[in-house]
Amino acid sequence: MLNFTLWDILSNLLLAARWTVLLSLIAFVSGGVAGLLLLVARVSPVPPLRVAARLFIEVFQGTPLLMQLFIVFFALPLIGIETSAWTSAAVGLTLFTAAYLAEIWRGCVEAVPKGQWEASASLAMTFPEQMRHVILPQALRIAVPPTVGFSVQVVKGTAVTSIIGFVEVTKAGTMITNATFQPFLVYGLVGLIYFALCYPLSLSAKALERKLNVAR
Amino acid sequence: MSPVKTPLVKLSAIRKSFGPVEVLKGVDMAVEEGQVVAMIGRSGSGKSTLLRSINGLERIDGGVIEVDGECVDPGQIDLRALRQKVGMVFQQFNLFPHLTAGENVMLALKVVKKQDKATTRAAAEAALAKVGLGHKFDAYPSQLSGGQQQRVAIARSLAMAPKVLLCDEITSALDPELVAEVLGVVRKLAEEGMTLILVTHEMRFAREVCDRLVFMHGGRIAEQGPPAELFDRPSTPELAQFIGMVEAR
Repeated sequence: MLNFTLWDILSNLLLAARWTVLLSLIAFVSGGVAGLLLLVARVSPVPPLRVAARLFIEVFQGTPLLMQLFIVFFALPLIGIETSAWTSAAVGLTLFTAAYLAEIWRGCVEAVPKGQWEASASLAMTFPEQMRHVILPQALRIAVPPTVGFSVQVVKGTAVTSIIGFVEVTKAGTMITNATFQPFLVYGLVGLIYFALCYPLSLSAKALERKLNVAR
Repeated sequence: MSPVKTPLVKLSAIRKSFGPVEVLKGVDMAVEEGQVVAMIGRSGSGKSTLLRSINGLERIDGGVIEVDGECVDPGQIDLRALRQKVGMVFQQFNLFPHLTAGENVMLALKVVKKQDKATTRAAAEAALAKVGLGHKFDAYPSQLSGGQQQRVAIARSLAMAPKVLLCDEITSALDPELVAEVLGVVRKLAEEGMTLILVTHEMRFAREVCDRLVFMHGGRIAEQGPPAELFDRPSTPELAQFIGMVEAR
Protein backbone atom coordinates (compact mmCIF):
# COMPACT_ATOMS: atom_id res chain seq x y z
CA MET A 1 0.00 0.00 0.00
CA LEU A 2 1.19 3.43 -0.88
CA ASN A 3 2.03 5.90 1.84
CA PHE A 4 1.09 9.53 1.60
CA THR A 5 2.88 12.27 3.47
CA LEU A 6 1.01 15.26 4.84
CA TRP A 7 2.65 17.35 2.16
CA ASP A 8 1.40 15.03 -0.57
CA ILE A 9 -2.15 15.54 0.65
CA LEU A 10 -1.87 19.26 1.26
CA SER A 11 -0.15 20.06 -2.03
CA ASN A 12 -2.83 18.24 -3.99
CA LEU A 13 -5.56 20.02 -2.07
CA LEU A 14 -3.91 23.37 -2.70
CA LEU A 15 -3.65 22.64 -6.40
CA ALA A 16 -7.37 21.91 -6.45
CA ALA A 17 -8.03 25.04 -4.37
CA ARG A 18 -6.89 27.07 -7.37
CA TRP A 19 -10.06 25.95 -9.11
CA THR A 20 -12.16 26.90 -6.09
CA VAL A 21 -10.65 30.38 -6.21
CA LEU A 22 -11.00 30.70 -9.96
CA LEU A 23 -14.60 29.49 -9.94
CA SER A 24 -15.41 31.88 -7.08
CA LEU A 25 -13.91 34.79 -8.99
CA ILE A 26 -15.76 33.95 -12.21
CA ALA A 27 -19.05 33.48 -10.38
CA PHE A 28 -18.59 36.67 -8.40
CA VAL A 29 -17.56 38.89 -11.31
CA SER A 30 -20.01 37.61 -13.91
CA GLY A 31 -22.69 37.25 -11.23
CA GLY A 32 -22.01 40.85 -10.28
CA VAL A 33 -22.47 42.06 -13.85
CA ALA A 34 -25.62 39.97 -14.32
CA GLY A 35 -26.83 41.08 -10.88
CA LEU A 36 -26.45 44.73 -11.85
CA LEU A 37 -28.57 44.22 -14.97
CA LEU A 38 -31.09 42.31 -12.88
CA LEU A 39 -31.15 45.10 -10.30
CA VAL A 40 -31.82 47.74 -12.94
CA ALA A 41 -34.68 45.63 -14.31
CA ARG A 42 -35.97 45.03 -10.79
CA VAL A 43 -36.30 48.74 -9.94
CA SER A 44 -37.08 50.01 -13.46
CA PRO A 45 -40.31 51.85 -14.26
CA VAL A 46 -41.24 49.17 -16.83
CA PRO A 47 -43.63 46.64 -15.19
CA PRO A 48 -42.81 43.57 -17.37
CA LEU A 49 -39.09 44.00 -16.66
CA ARG A 50 -39.77 44.32 -12.95
CA VAL A 51 -41.91 41.18 -12.91
CA ALA A 52 -39.40 39.14 -14.92
CA ALA A 53 -36.50 40.17 -12.68
CA ARG A 54 -38.51 39.44 -9.57
CA LEU A 55 -39.49 36.02 -10.85
CA PHE A 56 -35.87 35.16 -11.63
CA ILE A 57 -34.75 36.27 -8.16
CA GLU A 58 -37.56 34.39 -6.39
CA VAL A 59 -36.81 31.16 -8.29
CA PHE A 60 -33.09 31.25 -7.53
CA GLN A 61 -33.58 32.26 -3.91
CA GLY A 62 -36.36 29.74 -3.41
CA THR A 63 -34.56 26.61 -4.64
CA PRO A 64 -31.36 24.87 -3.44
CA LEU A 65 -28.14 25.70 -5.24
CA LEU A 66 -27.55 21.98 -5.74
CA MET A 67 -30.79 21.63 -7.66
CA GLN A 68 -29.92 24.65 -9.79
CA LEU A 69 -26.60 23.02 -10.68
CA PHE A 70 -28.34 19.72 -11.52
CA ILE A 71 -30.70 21.55 -13.83
CA VAL A 72 -27.91 23.39 -15.62
CA PHE A 73 -25.80 20.22 -15.82
CA PHE A 74 -28.49 17.75 -16.89
CA ALA A 75 -31.07 19.91 -18.62
CA LEU A 76 -28.86 21.88 -20.99
CA PRO A 77 -27.68 18.72 -22.84
CA LEU A 78 -31.33 17.74 -23.29
CA ILE A 79 -31.93 20.86 -25.37
CA GLY A 80 -28.78 20.23 -27.35
CA ILE A 81 -26.23 22.30 -25.44
CA GLU A 82 -23.27 20.17 -24.42
CA THR A 83 -21.83 21.28 -21.11
CA SER A 84 -18.80 20.30 -19.12
CA ALA A 85 -18.78 20.26 -15.34
CA TRP A 86 -16.73 23.46 -15.54
CA THR A 87 -19.27 25.37 -17.64
CA SER A 88 -22.22 24.09 -15.65
CA ALA A 89 -20.58 25.08 -12.40
CA ALA A 90 -19.70 28.53 -13.69
CA VAL A 91 -23.14 29.16 -15.20
CA GLY A 92 -25.03 27.78 -12.20
CA LEU A 93 -23.05 29.78 -9.65
CA THR A 94 -23.25 32.93 -11.78
CA LEU A 95 -27.04 32.79 -11.90
CA PHE A 96 -27.20 32.06 -8.17
CA THR A 97 -24.86 34.95 -7.36
CA ALA A 98 -26.71 37.33 -9.69
CA ALA A 99 -30.04 36.64 -7.99
CA TYR A 100 -28.68 37.24 -4.49
CA LEU A 101 -26.62 40.30 -5.37
CA ALA A 102 -29.55 41.88 -7.20
CA GLU A 103 -31.69 41.49 -4.10
CA ILE A 104 -28.98 42.79 -1.76
CA TRP A 105 -28.44 45.79 -4.00
CA ARG A 106 -32.15 46.46 -4.34
CA GLY A 107 -32.23 47.00 -0.60
CA CYS A 108 -29.38 49.51 -0.99
CA VAL A 109 -31.17 51.35 -3.81
CA GLU A 110 -34.31 51.55 -1.71
CA ALA A 111 -32.30 52.99 1.16
CA VAL A 112 -31.61 56.08 -0.98
CA PRO A 113 -34.24 58.67 0.06
CA LYS A 114 -37.23 59.17 -2.25
CA GLY A 115 -36.40 62.86 -2.46
CA GLN A 116 -33.32 62.00 -4.51
CA TRP A 117 -35.52 60.37 -7.15
CA GLU A 118 -37.90 63.33 -7.10
CA ALA A 119 -35.19 65.97 -7.33
CA SER A 120 -33.46 64.25 -10.23
CA ALA A 121 -36.79 63.64 -11.98
CA SER A 122 -37.63 67.32 -11.58
CA LEU A 123 -34.38 68.14 -13.36
CA ALA A 124 -35.75 66.19 -16.36
CA MET A 125 -33.38 63.26 -15.91
CA THR A 126 -34.51 59.91 -17.32
CA PHE A 127 -34.48 56.67 -15.33
CA PRO A 128 -31.07 55.51 -16.64
CA GLU A 129 -29.60 58.97 -15.94
CA GLN A 130 -31.05 58.99 -12.43
CA MET A 131 -29.61 55.55 -11.74
CA ARG A 132 -26.21 56.31 -13.20
CA HIS A 133 -25.60 59.74 -11.70
CA VAL A 134 -27.72 60.02 -8.56
CA ILE A 135 -28.97 56.71 -7.16
CA LEU A 136 -26.23 54.14 -7.79
CA PRO A 137 -23.34 56.31 -6.53
CA GLN A 138 -25.20 56.67 -3.23
CA ALA A 139 -26.37 53.04 -3.11
CA LEU A 140 -22.81 51.85 -3.77
CA ARG A 141 -21.54 53.20 -0.46
CA ILE A 142 -24.14 51.19 1.41
CA ALA A 143 -23.68 48.15 -0.82
CA VAL A 144 -19.97 47.47 -0.38
CA PRO A 145 -19.98 45.71 3.04
CA PRO A 146 -22.91 43.33 2.35
CA THR A 147 -21.51 42.58 -1.12
CA VAL A 148 -18.11 41.60 0.23
CA GLY A 149 -19.91 39.65 2.94
CA PHE A 150 -21.86 37.75 0.31
CA SER A 151 -18.68 36.79 -1.52
CA VAL A 152 -18.09 34.39 1.40
CA GLN A 153 -21.30 32.60 0.42
CA VAL A 154 -20.04 32.30 -3.15
CA VAL A 155 -16.76 30.72 -2.06
CA LYS A 156 -18.61 28.21 0.12
CA GLY A 157 -21.14 27.64 -2.66
CA THR A 158 -18.40 26.32 -4.93
CA ALA A 159 -18.20 23.22 -2.69
CA VAL A 160 -21.57 22.09 -4.01
CA THR A 161 -20.20 21.90 -7.56
CA SER A 162 -18.19 18.85 -6.47
CA ILE A 163 -21.41 16.87 -6.80
CA ILE A 164 -21.65 17.47 -10.54
CA GLY A 165 -18.05 16.31 -10.86
CA PHE A 166 -16.16 19.59 -10.90
CA VAL A 167 -12.80 19.04 -9.26
CA GLU A 168 -12.34 21.86 -6.79
CA VAL A 169 -11.02 21.52 -3.28
CA THR A 170 -13.94 19.51 -1.82
CA LYS A 171 -14.00 17.04 -4.71
CA ALA A 172 -10.23 16.69 -4.49
CA GLY A 173 -10.64 15.99 -0.80
CA THR A 174 -13.06 13.17 -1.54
CA MET A 175 -10.71 11.68 -4.12
CA ILE A 176 -7.71 11.89 -1.79
CA THR A 177 -9.75 10.35 1.04
CA ASN A 178 -10.56 7.42 -1.21
CA ALA A 179 -6.86 6.84 -1.72
CA THR A 180 -5.55 7.59 1.78
CA PHE A 181 -8.41 6.46 4.03
CA GLN A 182 -7.77 9.46 6.25
CA PRO A 183 -11.07 11.39 6.01
CA PHE A 184 -10.64 13.35 9.21
CA LEU A 185 -7.21 14.67 8.24
CA VAL A 186 -8.16 15.39 4.63
CA TYR A 187 -11.50 17.07 5.29
CA GLY A 188 -9.95 18.92 8.19
CA LEU A 189 -7.42 20.40 5.78
CA VAL A 190 -10.19 21.17 3.26
CA GLY A 191 -12.05 23.03 5.98
CA LEU A 192 -8.95 25.01 6.89
CA ILE A 193 -8.44 26.01 3.27
CA TYR A 194 -12.04 27.31 3.07
CA PHE A 195 -11.55 29.17 6.31
CA ALA A 196 -8.33 30.73 5.03
CA LEU A 197 -10.20 31.95 1.96
CA CYS A 198 -13.33 33.19 3.72
CA TYR A 199 -12.09 34.68 6.96
CA PRO A 200 -10.14 37.54 5.31
CA LEU A 201 -13.26 38.35 3.27
CA SER A 202 -15.40 38.51 6.42
CA LEU A 203 -12.82 40.68 8.13
CA SER A 204 -12.62 43.10 5.23
CA ALA A 205 -16.43 43.31 5.07
CA LYS A 206 -16.43 44.35 8.73
CA ALA A 207 -13.60 46.82 8.21
CA LEU A 208 -15.36 48.37 5.20
CA GLU A 209 -18.57 48.67 7.17
CA ARG A 210 -16.81 50.58 9.92
CA LYS A 211 -14.96 52.78 7.45
CA LEU A 212 -18.03 53.69 5.39
CA ASN A 213 -20.06 54.39 8.52
CA VAL A 214 -17.46 56.81 9.77
CA ALA A 215 -17.23 58.57 6.41
CA ARG A 216 -20.89 59.46 6.47
CA MET B 1 -53.83 91.48 -19.08
CA SER B 2 -54.90 91.20 -22.66
CA PRO B 3 -57.60 88.61 -23.33
CA VAL B 4 -55.69 86.89 -26.17
CA LYS B 5 -52.67 86.11 -24.03
CA THR B 6 -52.54 82.40 -23.21
CA PRO B 7 -51.44 81.57 -19.71
CA LEU B 8 -48.02 80.01 -19.14
CA VAL B 9 -49.42 77.36 -16.83
CA LYS B 10 -52.95 76.14 -17.34
CA LEU B 11 -54.60 73.48 -15.20
CA SER B 12 -57.99 72.19 -16.33
CA ALA B 13 -60.25 69.97 -14.24
CA ILE B 14 -57.39 68.26 -12.40
CA ARG B 15 -58.47 65.18 -10.45
CA LYS B 16 -56.36 63.00 -8.23
CA SER B 17 -57.19 60.28 -5.74
CA PHE B 18 -55.02 58.41 -3.28
CA GLY B 19 -56.93 55.15 -2.96
CA PRO B 20 -60.47 56.00 -1.94
CA VAL B 21 -59.59 59.56 -0.96
CA GLU B 22 -60.10 62.18 -3.63
CA VAL B 23 -57.58 64.92 -2.89
CA LEU B 24 -58.12 67.04 -5.99
CA LYS B 25 -61.71 67.37 -7.13
CA GLY B 26 -61.45 69.11 -10.46
CA VAL B 27 -59.14 72.09 -10.06
CA ASP B 28 -58.86 74.82 -12.69
CA MET B 29 -56.09 77.34 -12.43
CA ALA B 30 -54.11 79.56 -14.76
CA VAL B 31 -50.85 81.37 -14.14
CA GLU B 32 -49.52 83.99 -16.50
CA GLU B 33 -45.91 84.64 -17.26
CA GLY B 34 -44.22 86.66 -14.53
CA GLN B 35 -46.95 86.06 -11.99
CA VAL B 36 -46.16 85.02 -8.44
CA VAL B 37 -48.87 82.80 -7.01
CA ALA B 38 -49.01 81.41 -3.49
CA MET B 39 -51.16 78.45 -2.59
CA ILE B 40 -52.30 78.35 0.99
CA GLY B 41 -54.59 76.10 2.95
CA ARG B 42 -54.65 73.56 5.70
CA SER B 43 -52.59 70.41 5.45
CA GLY B 44 -54.57 67.87 3.47
CA SER B 45 -56.27 70.53 1.38
CA GLY B 46 -54.45 69.28 -1.74
CA LYS B 47 -52.13 72.22 -2.33
CA SER B 48 -48.89 70.23 -2.35
CA THR B 49 -50.42 67.50 -4.50
CA LEU B 50 -51.58 70.12 -6.99
CA LEU B 51 -48.13 71.69 -7.10
CA ARG B 52 -46.42 68.32 -7.55
CA SER B 53 -48.76 67.39 -10.38
CA ILE B 54 -47.58 70.39 -12.41
CA ASN B 55 -44.26 68.68 -13.19
CA GLY B 56 -45.65 65.18 -13.17
CA LEU B 57 -44.31 64.04 -9.78
CA GLU B 58 -47.90 63.11 -9.00
CA ARG B 59 -49.70 61.25 -11.76
CA ILE B 60 -53.10 62.87 -12.23
CA ASP B 61 -56.26 60.82 -12.71
CA GLY B 62 -58.08 63.34 -14.84
CA GLY B 63 -57.72 66.74 -16.48
CA VAL B 64 -54.97 68.40 -18.48
CA ILE B 65 -51.92 70.38 -17.46
CA GLU B 66 -50.31 72.68 -19.99
CA VAL B 67 -47.04 74.51 -19.45
CA ASP B 68 -45.81 76.69 -22.27
CA GLY B 69 -47.18 74.36 -24.93
CA GLU B 70 -46.16 71.11 -23.21
CA CYS B 71 -49.02 68.93 -22.06
CA VAL B 72 -49.47 66.42 -19.28
CA ASP B 73 -52.54 64.25 -19.19
CA PRO B 74 -53.20 61.05 -17.25
CA GLY B 75 -51.88 58.79 -20.02
CA GLN B 76 -48.69 60.64 -20.75
CA ILE B 77 -45.43 59.13 -19.67
CA ASP B 78 -42.66 61.14 -21.31
CA LEU B 79 -42.26 64.23 -19.18
CA ARG B 80 -38.78 65.27 -20.26
CA ALA B 81 -39.78 68.29 -22.33
CA LEU B 82 -42.18 69.56 -19.69
CA ARG B 83 -39.72 69.11 -16.84
CA GLN B 84 -37.12 71.20 -18.62
CA LYS B 85 -39.57 74.08 -18.44
CA VAL B 86 -40.65 73.53 -14.83
CA GLY B 87 -38.15 73.80 -11.98
CA MET B 88 -38.91 72.55 -8.51
CA VAL B 89 -37.55 73.25 -5.06
CA PHE B 90 -38.45 70.93 -2.18
CA GLN B 91 -39.03 71.27 1.53
CA GLN B 92 -36.16 68.87 2.28
CA PHE B 93 -33.72 70.47 -0.24
CA ASN B 94 -32.92 67.05 -1.78
CA LEU B 95 -29.42 68.03 -2.81
CA PHE B 96 -27.30 65.15 -4.10
CA PRO B 97 -25.07 64.44 -1.06
CA HIS B 98 -22.27 62.81 -3.04
CA LEU B 99 -21.74 65.91 -5.21
CA THR B 100 -20.45 69.38 -4.35
CA ALA B 101 -22.71 72.42 -4.62
CA GLY B 102 -21.23 73.20 -8.03
CA GLU B 103 -21.63 69.62 -9.24
CA ASN B 104 -25.21 69.57 -8.01
CA VAL B 105 -25.95 72.54 -10.25
CA MET B 106 -23.94 71.22 -13.20
CA LEU B 107 -25.23 67.64 -13.27
CA ALA B 108 -28.49 68.15 -15.19
CA LEU B 109 -26.91 70.75 -17.47
CA LYS B 110 -24.38 68.14 -18.49
CA VAL B 111 -26.64 65.09 -18.56
CA VAL B 112 -29.95 66.55 -19.73
CA LYS B 113 -28.99 69.64 -21.69
CA LYS B 114 -25.75 68.09 -23.01
CA GLN B 115 -23.84 71.33 -22.55
CA ASP B 116 -20.07 71.25 -22.69
CA LYS B 117 -17.89 71.54 -19.62
CA ALA B 118 -17.03 75.23 -19.90
CA THR B 119 -20.66 76.26 -20.45
CA THR B 120 -21.98 74.21 -17.52
CA ARG B 121 -19.24 75.51 -15.26
CA ALA B 122 -20.02 79.12 -16.15
CA ALA B 123 -23.76 78.58 -15.77
CA ALA B 124 -23.28 76.91 -12.38
CA GLU B 125 -21.03 79.68 -11.14
CA ALA B 126 -23.55 82.29 -12.27
CA ALA B 127 -26.45 80.44 -10.65
CA LEU B 128 -24.62 80.03 -7.34
CA ALA B 129 -23.52 83.66 -7.40
CA LYS B 130 -27.14 84.67 -7.91
CA VAL B 131 -28.17 83.00 -4.66
CA GLY B 132 -25.14 84.47 -2.90
CA LEU B 133 -23.13 81.26 -2.72
CA GLY B 134 -20.50 81.76 -5.41
CA HIS B 135 -17.81 80.99 -2.82
CA LYS B 136 -19.35 77.61 -1.89
CA PHE B 137 -18.88 75.97 -5.29
CA ASP B 138 -16.70 73.17 -3.92
CA ALA B 139 -18.54 72.60 -0.64
CA TYR B 140 -20.50 69.40 -0.09
CA PRO B 141 -24.12 69.70 1.07
CA SER B 142 -23.19 68.31 4.50
CA GLN B 143 -20.84 71.27 4.96
CA LEU B 144 -23.60 73.83 4.35
CA SER B 145 -26.33 75.18 6.62
CA GLY B 146 -29.96 74.41 5.83
CA GLY B 147 -30.49 77.85 4.36
CA GLN B 148 -27.40 77.52 2.18
CA GLN B 149 -28.48 74.06 1.02
CA GLN B 150 -31.88 75.39 0.03
CA ARG B 151 -30.26 78.25 -1.89
CA VAL B 152 -28.08 75.72 -3.75
CA ALA B 153 -31.28 73.80 -4.56
CA ILE B 154 -32.79 77.00 -5.96
CA ALA B 155 -29.63 77.63 -8.00
CA ARG B 156 -29.77 74.06 -9.30
CA SER B 157 -33.29 74.62 -10.59
CA LEU B 158 -32.58 78.07 -11.98
CA ALA B 159 -29.54 76.91 -13.96
CA MET B 160 -31.88 74.82 -16.11
CA ALA B 161 -33.55 78.09 -17.17
CA PRO B 162 -37.10 76.98 -16.34
CA LYS B 163 -40.16 78.96 -17.40
CA VAL B 164 -41.74 78.50 -14.02
CA LEU B 165 -40.38 77.56 -10.61
CA LEU B 166 -42.44 75.50 -8.17
CA CYS B 167 -41.61 75.91 -4.49
CA ASP B 168 -43.03 73.31 -2.13
CA GLU B 169 -42.90 74.70 1.43
CA ILE B 170 -39.27 75.55 0.91
CA THR B 171 -38.77 77.21 4.29
CA SER B 172 -40.67 74.71 6.44
CA ALA B 173 -37.63 72.57 7.26
CA LEU B 174 -35.44 75.55 8.14
CA ASP B 175 -34.52 76.98 11.50
CA PRO B 176 -36.30 80.32 11.96
CA GLU B 177 -33.14 82.40 11.62
CA LEU B 178 -32.42 80.83 8.20
CA VAL B 179 -35.83 81.47 6.67
CA ALA B 180 -35.09 85.06 5.71
CA GLU B 181 -32.08 84.30 3.50
CA VAL B 182 -34.11 81.84 1.41
CA LEU B 183 -37.14 84.11 1.18
CA GLY B 184 -34.78 86.93 0.17
CA VAL B 185 -33.68 84.89 -2.84
CA VAL B 186 -37.29 84.12 -3.79
CA ARG B 187 -38.23 87.76 -3.43
CA LYS B 188 -35.40 88.74 -5.76
CA LEU B 189 -36.56 86.18 -8.33
CA ALA B 190 -40.09 87.58 -8.12
CA GLU B 191 -38.80 91.08 -8.70
CA GLU B 192 -36.87 89.90 -11.74
CA GLY B 193 -40.06 88.61 -13.29
CA MET B 194 -39.69 84.87 -12.68
CA THR B 195 -42.97 82.99 -12.75
CA LEU B 196 -43.37 81.38 -9.33
CA ILE B 197 -45.91 79.05 -7.80
CA LEU B 198 -45.39 78.57 -4.09
CA VAL B 199 -46.97 76.45 -1.46
CA THR B 200 -46.20 78.32 1.72
CA HIS B 201 -47.08 78.94 5.33
CA GLU B 202 -45.27 82.27 5.37
CA MET B 203 -48.34 84.48 5.25
CA ARG B 204 -46.56 87.77 5.56
CA PHE B 205 -44.23 86.85 2.72
CA ALA B 206 -47.19 85.73 0.59
CA ARG B 207 -48.93 89.00 1.26
CA GLU B 208 -45.92 91.13 0.37
CA VAL B 209 -44.55 89.29 -2.64
CA CYS B 210 -47.41 87.49 -4.39
CA ASP B 211 -49.68 88.81 -7.10
CA ARG B 212 -52.30 86.28 -6.28
CA LEU B 213 -53.26 84.05 -3.41
CA VAL B 214 -55.00 80.74 -3.97
CA PHE B 215 -56.81 79.29 -0.98
CA MET B 216 -57.37 75.56 -1.27
CA HIS B 217 -59.93 73.74 0.79
CA GLY B 218 -61.11 70.15 0.51
CA GLY B 219 -59.47 69.48 -2.86
CA ARG B 220 -60.86 72.58 -4.53
CA ILE B 221 -59.86 76.21 -4.92
CA ALA B 222 -62.16 77.84 -2.41
CA GLU B 223 -61.10 81.37 -3.10
CA GLN B 224 -58.44 83.30 -4.99
CA GLY B 225 -57.43 86.88 -5.65
CA PRO B 226 -54.97 89.60 -4.69
CA PRO B 227 -53.49 88.89 -1.22
CA ALA B 228 -54.67 92.11 0.40
CA GLU B 229 -58.24 91.47 -0.68
CA LEU B 230 -58.25 87.88 0.55
CA PHE B 231 -56.64 88.69 3.87
CA ASP B 232 -58.81 91.70 4.61
CA ARG B 233 -62.11 90.53 3.19
CA PRO B 234 -62.24 86.73 3.02
CA SER B 235 -65.52 85.75 1.43
CA THR B 236 -65.68 82.15 2.64
CA PRO B 237 -65.91 81.19 6.31
CA GLU B 238 -63.16 78.59 5.72
CA LEU B 239 -60.66 81.23 4.67
CA ALA B 240 -61.70 83.55 7.49
CA GLN B 241 -61.11 80.73 9.92
CA PHE B 242 -57.77 79.79 8.31
CA ILE B 243 -56.52 83.37 8.47
CA GLY B 244 -57.65 83.59 12.07
CA MET B 245 -55.68 80.48 12.85
CA VAL B 246 -52.43 81.53 11.24
CA GLU B 247 -52.57 85.06 12.57
CA ALA B 248 -53.18 83.79 16.07
CA ARG B 249 -49.85 81.96 15.92
